[in-house]
Amino acid sequence: MPSLFQQIKAGKLWDFHGGIHPPARKEYTSQKPIGRLSLPERLYVPLRQHIGVAGALLVQKGQRVLKGQPLTAADSAMAVPVHAPTSGLVLAIEPHIAPHPSALPEPCVVIEPDGLEEWRPRHGLNLLEADRSILLKRIQQAGIAGMGGAGFPTHLKSGGSAGIDYLIINAVECEPYISADDVLMQEYATTIVKGIDILCQLLSPAAVLIGIEDDKTEAIAAMQAACSQRDHYLVRVVPAKYPSGGEKQLIQLLTSKEVPAGRRPLDIGIVMQNVGTAFAIAQAVLEDIPLISRIVTVTGETLSQPQNMHALIGTPVGALLDACGFAPEPEQRVIMGGPMMGFTLPSLSVPLVKTSNCILAPTQQELPAANNEMDCIRCGACAEACPATLLPQQLLWYSKAKDQDKLKEYNLSDCIECGACAYVCPSEIPLVHYYRVAKAEIREQTRDELKAEQAKARFEARNERLEKEKQERAARNQALAAQRQQMVNAQQQQQEIAAAAQRVASGQPAQQNLSKEDIIAERERKKAEARAYQAAKAEQLNNEQSAAAAAEDLTTENRNKQGPDATNKDAAVGDARAAAVAAAIARAKAKKSAAEPDNQVAAEPGTGSDKAPDTTPGAEAGDARASAVAAAIARAKAKKAALGADQQPAAEPVQPQTATAAELAEDPRATAVAAAIARAKAKKAALGADQQKAAASLTTETQSQVENTAQNPAAVLTDGVVNNEVQAAKLSTATPEDKEQAKKAALSAAIARAKARQQNLPAAATTPEAAENNNAAASTLDPKKAAIAAAIARAKAKQQAATDNTNSEDEA
Amino acid sequence: MSFRIASSPHNHSQQHTSILMRKVALACIPGIAAQCYFFGYGVLIQLLLAVITAWASEALILHWRGKPVLIRLKDHSALLTAVLLAVAIPPFAPWWIIVLGTAFAIIVVKQLYGGLGHNLFNPAMAAYVLLLISFPQQMTSWLPPQSLQAQQQHLLDPVCTVFTDFSCAGYSLTQQKTDVDGMTMATPLDTLKTDLAAGRTVSESHQHKIFAAIGGIGWNWVNLAFLAGGLWLLQQKIIQWRIPLALLGSLALCSLLAYLIDADRNGSPLFHLFSGGTMLAAFFIATDPVSASTTERGRLVYGALIGLLIFVIRRFGGYPDAVAFAVMLANLAVPLIDYYTRPRTYGHRPKGAH
Repeated sequence: MPSLFQQIKAGKLWDFHGGIHPPARKEYTSQKPIGRLSLPERLYVPLRQHIGVAGALLVQKGQRVLKGQPLTAADSAMAVPVHAPTSGLVLAIEPHIAPHPSALPEPCVVIEPDGLEEWRPRHGLNLLEADRSILLKRIQQAGIAGMGGAGFPTHLKSGGSAGIDYLIINAVECEPYISADDVLMQEYATTIVKGIDILCQLLSPAAVLIGIEDDKTEAIAAMQAACSQRDHYLVRVVPAKYPSGGEKQLIQLLTSKEVPAGRRPLDIGIVMQNVGTAFAIAQAVLEDIPLISRIVTVTGETLSQPQNMHALIGTPVGALLDACGFAPEPEQRVIMGGPMMGFTLPSLSVPLVKTSNCILAPTQQELPAANNEMDCIRCGACAEACPATLLPQQLLWYSKAKDQDKLKEYNLSDCIECGACAYVCPSEIPLVHYYRVAKAEIREQTRDELKAEQAKARFEARNERLEKEKQERAARNQALAAQRQQMVNAQQQQQEIAAAAQRVASGQPAQQNLSKEDIIAERERKKAEARAYQAAKAEQLNNEQSAAAAAEDLTTENRNKQGPDATNKDAAVGDARAAAVAAAIARAKAKKSAAEPDNQVAAEPGTGSDKAPDTTPGAEAGDARASAVAAAIARAKAKKAALGADQQPAAEPVQPQTATAAELAEDPRATAVAAAIARAKAKKAALGADQQKAAASLTTETQSQVENTAQNPAAVLTDGVVNNEVQAAKLSTATPEDKEQAKKAALSAAIARAKARQQNLPAAATTPEAAENNNAAASTLDPKKAAIAAAIARAKAKQQAATDNTNSEDEA
Repeated sequence: MSFRIASSPHNHSQQHTSILMRKVALACIPGIAAQCYFFGYGVLIQLLLAVITAWASEALILHWRGKPVLIRLKDHSALLTAVLLAVAIPPFAPWWIIVLGTAFAIIVVKQLYGGLGHNLFNPAMAAYVLLLISFPQQMTSWLPPQSLQAQQQHLLDPVCTVFTDFSCAGYSLTQQKTDVDGMTMATPLDTLKTDLAAGRTVSESHQHKIFAAIGGIGWNWVNLAFLAGGLWLLQQKIIQWRIPLALLGSLALCSLLAYLIDADRNGSPLFHLFSGGTMLAAFFIATDPVSASTTERGRLVYGALIGLLIFVIRRFGGYPDAVAFAVMLANLAVPLIDYYTRPRTYGHRPKGAH
């Protein structure tokens, strides 16, 4: 048994299933010379004429273009450029009705020819020197896409991998009426063979099979003559049968192979190119003529002179028909392509493109269309005609039922839409139309299913994320609660230790069961202490009141000083304000002390001062005051140290937030959020300091600073506290005549500060949470959310402050 | 100006359903002519009654169903059903037989299933079976070929007999069936069956005058005429070769095997092929597109199944001829046959191969 290659060499042909023999009517045009069309008034060059993407536009409206000048760029592998078919002016770049069954407008370059036919410079390639990549680049840049109908970019098909067994040149032209390839072969056989030579250089096939239908005797002779010098170029004459020019059918005819479903001919070592494509390749490579024109069969019985025309790409169909003596009848059909697979045009302004091989304007009598659909009688004529061996009547049944599973089972996707089934159907059912609709529905559903799947995945991922976040939040809250509990425990412990130390210092045994007398004595002692403290406080209050008065005087003085000296003004105002604030703080402190002396006294041992026990019940008020002051200073110092240590970790989590705020500095929302948080913190501080009256002014001050810096609320807070100190110092220098009082004021300020810090400690612990909330708020673009986040932050701060108050009371 | 938009293809073979049906009906003419020649023109009366009934009932039902009446009448499917039933029943059967049968075929078997293209059974054969089961006496009262008839037929005898059950001379159908030997005649198949049942051999049965030709006098020619019509249909590509060939081949093979095994108790293959309704079934009944298999291999199976069933029922069954039963049984098997004989689509591996 001879091998397949030997059989092919020997000229064996195979057959494909089905097929039909519609009247060919190629004799209308096939024996006439190729006509040339004079330049039309306008050329409409669609930017995309192939399967793939349009290249980037290279020309502008109003620009003059030369013949062969690229209009779009070959800027990606799937891009095939289009060229100016002649020299002229770019009138517009606008959507124009496109040669497509949908007839939807597509972007076109509209060119007004100037009649000069002025070429851009051309450079033919020397085949001996050009390597593969240069050839492929030239083929792409010449804008060559499959001219048989599909328009697949030729450079992609020709640049494939090695191992090509057969290069098949499709010159079958099985569609009735069309003779464009026939006359091309008759007139340009040698150029076509040169194009095949170039393809061979690119693909190195074992053999080249040139398939021509047996009704083109002259073309067969011309090709055989042109190929006579090349042993492995085999001209194969196939019997006329539609659709033997289909890619899959011709492969089966010439090689007996079948392209597996869903694969390409390349996968079985076969590349097929249209004969017109081979011609275009030769023109592009050897003469540097890009694909700007093609031969098109203009035929049909409404034309007085049907013939093949050499026409420029972009020529409106109307110009071609008019040149051939078009006399339309009512309800005229104008078909681009053949009668079997062509599509009707809604308008004559549709331009010719690279894949247009025929313009057909038949009479109704000549090509009676099926328009009287009846019930399927299951005659099976369609199944006998189907070249893909499908069961068209079953597919029709399932198409009507929209049974997509069954359509898949009966391989609808293998339908090549050749129209053989609809041609033979005695019930005049437009079968192919049903299949197109079904295919579109399947595509649609596949897309919807994909979308639904993606949406489901997104939804599940979101749920997972939310759940994870929820758990993380719960875990963090638990951790924080534990931390707080620990801190409270630690403080209680500290308190107990301090109490124990105090007991040791006062020489009392650290017994749990104290004697009754001891307890009574202790109470007496504490009462005396409290009385002494109260007395000291009353004294202090008096002093403070006078200090406040002094501060007020100072403010008035400063105000009076305000004048043309603008540079001093701010400082003076600042000083005055500082003094006022300090005074207010002092006042508030004094009032509070007066109102809750017991509290204050009870709190004292907790602060870790070991001076208190030294105070004897019978001590004088002055001594008491001095010692109180000393104690306060010591306390303040200790706390300041503690604060310094605590402030550090508190500041760190704040940093990212600051960064976020800085990043989104342009975003007013983010700034507003930051400000809100700062305000909240300030309020907390104010609450913590129990300076209800001073709170307003302090808040205002902090807020103004926040608005100025808009960055680090924590720093601002610290600044505010430090400022108070500095201002207090200034105050003391500003009033040298009453240093005593000023000192007291400073002292009270220090106490206030210390209190503020004490409140700040637990507040600082909550800062990371606040920071995260703030981050979340900043990340959302919704202003509402930002506002809500800010409100939450504020509320939390308040809540925290309240808890802290309770905590301090608990401490007490 | 506006242009007409249409979906491809823009050409059509001009082979329409109505043309198909008309040509099938026309292809029956040789067979009908032969029947007229051998059995009298009773068949023409039956034909007329059948066609009128078919058109009337089709129009009525289409009207009730709210479908366009005229267009569907013009598809000639009702006409064909009427013709096939008319040639299948005895020419001298009473008029109400054919009217009832045709109305049943059109109304119940065809239209109640959804009209043309949707019926599961061949309407003519379903009606034939209904009539055969309901009215066995009338449905088997075939007259002997005219050359063997004892009474000379008068010109109006068929008309009289069909409409009154008596010939113009007053003879009943049974009397008319009596041949020159004074024996009540039946079809050759019937005769053979009766003889075999009575213990005679085939060759003894063939002593009967009716067996002067291969398939029986008259029947031989009627079958040849239908064969000619069928061949014309094949030539016209109205029907495909698969079903007739498979049917005749299967019937010939089965009868040949039986004949080889026991020639005394089995008719020859040629007797089977050219007797009864064999050719009518092979080219006109089994090829009815609606109720036949649609795949290429399926049609071979379908035809072969009918051939087998014809032989089995003729040889072992209770009815002398078996075409209608065989076709109806095969109709039932069509969905199954179609499912298991789907062709391998281009580019797909054969089923089972991986």
